[in-house]
Amino acid sequence: MNMIVSAIGQGLLWALLGLGLYLTFRILNFADMTVEGTFPLGAAVAVTSITQGVSPILATLLAGIIGVIAGLVTGLLYTKGKIPSLLAGILVMTAIYSINLRIMGKSNISLFGKANLFVSKFLNSLPKYFDSVFIGFLFILIFTLFVNFSLNTNFGQAFIATGDNPQMAKSLGIKTDRMIILGLMISNGLVGICGALIAQNNGYADINMGIGTIVIALASIIIGEVIFKNLTLNQRLIAVTLGSIIYRLLLLLVLQLGFNTNDLNLLSAIVLAICMMLPQLENKFNLKKAFLKGVKKHD
Amino acid sequence: MTNPVLELKEITTKVNQGTNQELTILKNISLKVNKGDYITIIGTNGSGKSTLFNVISGLMQVSVGKIYLNGEDITNLKEENRSKFLSRVFQDPKLGTAPRMTVAENLLLALKRGEKRNFLPRNLKNYFPQFIQLTKSMHNGLENRLNSPTEVLSGGQRQALSFLMAIIKKPDILLLDEHTAALDPKTSATLMNETDNQISRGHLTALMITHKLEDALKFGNYLLVLNQGKIKFIFSKEEKKKLTVNELEKFLI
Repeated sequence: MNMIVSAIGQGLLWALLGLGLYLTFRILNFADMTVEGTFPLGAAVAVTSITQGVSPILATLLAGIIGVIAGLVTGLLYTKGKIPSLLAGILVMTAIYSINLRIMGKSNISLFGKANLFVSKFLNSLPKYFDSVFIGFLFILIFTLFVNFSLNTNFGQAFIATGDNPQMAKSLGIKTDRMIILGLMISNGLVGICGALIAQNNGYADINMGIGTIVIALASIIIGEVIFKNLTLNQRLIAVTLGSIIYRLLLLLVLQLGFNTNDLNLLSAIVLAICMMLPQLENKFNLKKAFLKGVKKHD
Repeated sequence: MTNPVLELKEITTKVNQGTNQELTILKNISLKVNKGDYITIIGTNGSGKSTLFNVISGLMQVSVGKIYLNGEDITNLKEENRSKFLSRVFQDPKLGTAPRMTVAENLLLALKRGEKRNFLPRNLKNYFPQFIQLTKSMHNGLENRLNSPTEVLSGGQRQALSFLMAIIKKPDILLLDEHTAALDPKTSATLMNETDNQISRGHLTALMITHKLEDALKFGNYLLVLNQGKIKFIFSKEEKKKLTVNELEKFLI
């Protein structure tokens, strides 16, 4: 039971990453590799500033702001520098690796004995692992509401149109470059905050903690889509969080089967690959079913 | 004296400038479009029809020449900024609408063409009476599909929607780029007639490229024949009346 609560807590905390990537990957059609850098960047900024005596909330906010800046750089490289989207993200991600080392000064910083978002009287009075459930839920609720509200404004509609049909968007006077840059900024801001939360929850920041984050983010988006079909946009945002939780539960299941935690990235990739192939497989399966039905009727 | 709505002054466009593949597409084109003009444009492939539209809408820069809108120089104005006064319907039904957004959402986007996109709730529901009335005018069932994503619409409905999106906020200049060419003959004829109705009802100023010589003769008050980047003939309404499709065909080459 404890394991399941822990998995749900992790799912809620990591959902912010999925929500961030949803804006770029699904709405803007932009596979943003920057997140692999922004995630540990958020962690590094938060943990380093907490060890310097900054309050955890402020440190988390700072992580978000730095993430926004990373997104801005990718956005400028892509729109003004005309660098292809994938490469722009990879460039910034690579650059951030060095920046993270500069910020932290070493490859791993512990928060042991320091204040953080998960240390408070109220949270410590909760049963084990419910602190991450509480914090995770709070953050994902606030930001899902924020994204949901934004997308339903005139600005948000122009943002969606930019991803859906850039040529049409331009012809309607929408400044598509600006939309893409802003989308990348907000997305990476969310990812930075997510990195800060995870680092505080783990109690440390590590230079390598970004590896595989894009797969985790995609997994929560795609698991949500595979399980809940035909949703409205608002429902899709919630499905990302549910997808993130289900992904954690799947990992838990796989680990229970006796796999090593070192295999986690391999397993994540396999889970994602299977989920992405599901619609294909299902199509085939349905065809088969229809075929069998057809045969039966004639009998 | 009032300024023409749109004036092209000695426009020349070159592509691949400075390479050995340099090609001049439009050659010294001058054109005045007055308020309420409905000009049909015909020409063979490569005559520069689409380039002419790209230049007017800002998709393509001119190499030489000036473009004026209501007397104002807009030669260097970006496409996004020209959208305040200009709208365009493309030939490809896929280009004119956002496929994953609903019909109503697309109409709302178009209603705010050229405006600043603010951070206020869009209040889509408030616009439904207006949208229903507007879509009904196309007589193709579009009014029942307001909440459907446009990707599930038929080609005819999509083009009708693209057209409505172009006129929902009255443009100073409407560009129709063979907007019925991808449709079957019957749907195409319906949309063409409806286009004509809306243009005359709304007193719109429009330029229309078409491949169908019948349409070029039937609609509009002027007919331009483009050939190899030049305006070869201009026929007025009276002259058009006397022309037949067969005669016009000879002028094309």
